[in-house]
Amino acid sequence: MITVYINGAARPLADSCNIAALIAELGYTGKRIALERNGDIVPRSSYAETPLKDGDKLEIVVAVGGG
Amino acid sequence: MNDPLIIAGKNYTSRLLVGTGKYRDFTETRAALDASGAEIVTVAIRRTNLGQNPNEPSLLDAVPPSKFTYLPNTAGCYTADDAVRTLRLARELLDGHSLVKLEVLGDPQSLYPNVIETLAAAKTLVNEGFQVMVYTSDDPIIAKQLEDIGCVAIMPLASLIGSGMGILNPWNLQLILDKVSVPVIVDAGVGTASDAAIAMELGCAGVLMNTAIAGAKNPVLMASAMKQATEAGRSAYLAGRMPKKLYSASPSSPAAGIIAPVRS
Repeated sequence: MITVYINGAARPLADSCNIAALIAELGYTGKRIALERNGDIVPRSSYAETPLKDGDKLEIVVAVGGG
Repeated sequence: MNDPLIIAGKNYTSRLLVGTGKYRDFTETRAALDASGAEIVTVAIRRTNLGQNPNEPSLLDAVPPSKFTYLPNTAGCYTADDAVRTLRLARELLDGHSLVKLEVLGDPQSLYPNVIETLAAAKTLVNEGFQVMVYTSDDPIIAKQLEDIGCVAIMPLASLIGSGMGILNPWNLQLILDKVSVPVIVDAGVGTASDAAIAMELGCAGVLMNTAIAGAKNPVLMASAMKQATEAGRSAYLAGRMPKKLYSASPSSPAAGIIAPVRS
């Protein structure tokens, strides 16, 4: 098992988990989100090829109402 | 009359830009946006709520990016680094969309902009190909520097964000208008329709507001009032107002031909 931090919260994941699998697990497949891994944008097109490592810090964001 | 607002080479009909925050629900948001006639609408970028059902209605359903030009903002960012990261996320989120609103705040009480961090973030973002509309103070020197960096619109505050205190320093706005060639859009401080009209009469290219509409008792009616005020102010600016004649009246009716007094 590895632990990644998603929006500040720790989450245990399987060793071989990539971002596409995580997105599916969270129910975000096909949703309009954006993802940053350790400070760098991961384009949606590379989710399937991007493995997750122990200690990765992810930010997953959406658009919300704001001024 | 054909009088488009041109930002980064793109024409817009409406000179009123509105925020999408603080509404009761998405239905009210959409109704207010429609009543305002706004084409450019600001949105915030926030972490997904991991506990929440991912199929809950979202802003994107109520305010489709196909119908409105999204202007993602950096509200809540206090450093250039956070603002830049937020807008990189926004560009990824919106499929490469590069028109953004940069704001870097300096203080949570006043939400006053930190212009040092704002200048630094603007430089990075312009280098990365963003089209930056920038929230700033009403300092004409900073406004000019932001234009020189390559920002596509300068958006000075008229008074504090969400305060509704109106146009507190029209003289500084005038100094900015005299210095800056890209559109100057009053961002923050508008409280009611006359404030929007005053900004437009000064020669501002547009006004951006959120709380003035969302915080009204009837947001949809206020949105319509703001649309009319923005248009009226723009027309008055283009028409060119009469010169002020201080302490000297001038009758509107002919001075000759007044009937004579009965008793003399």
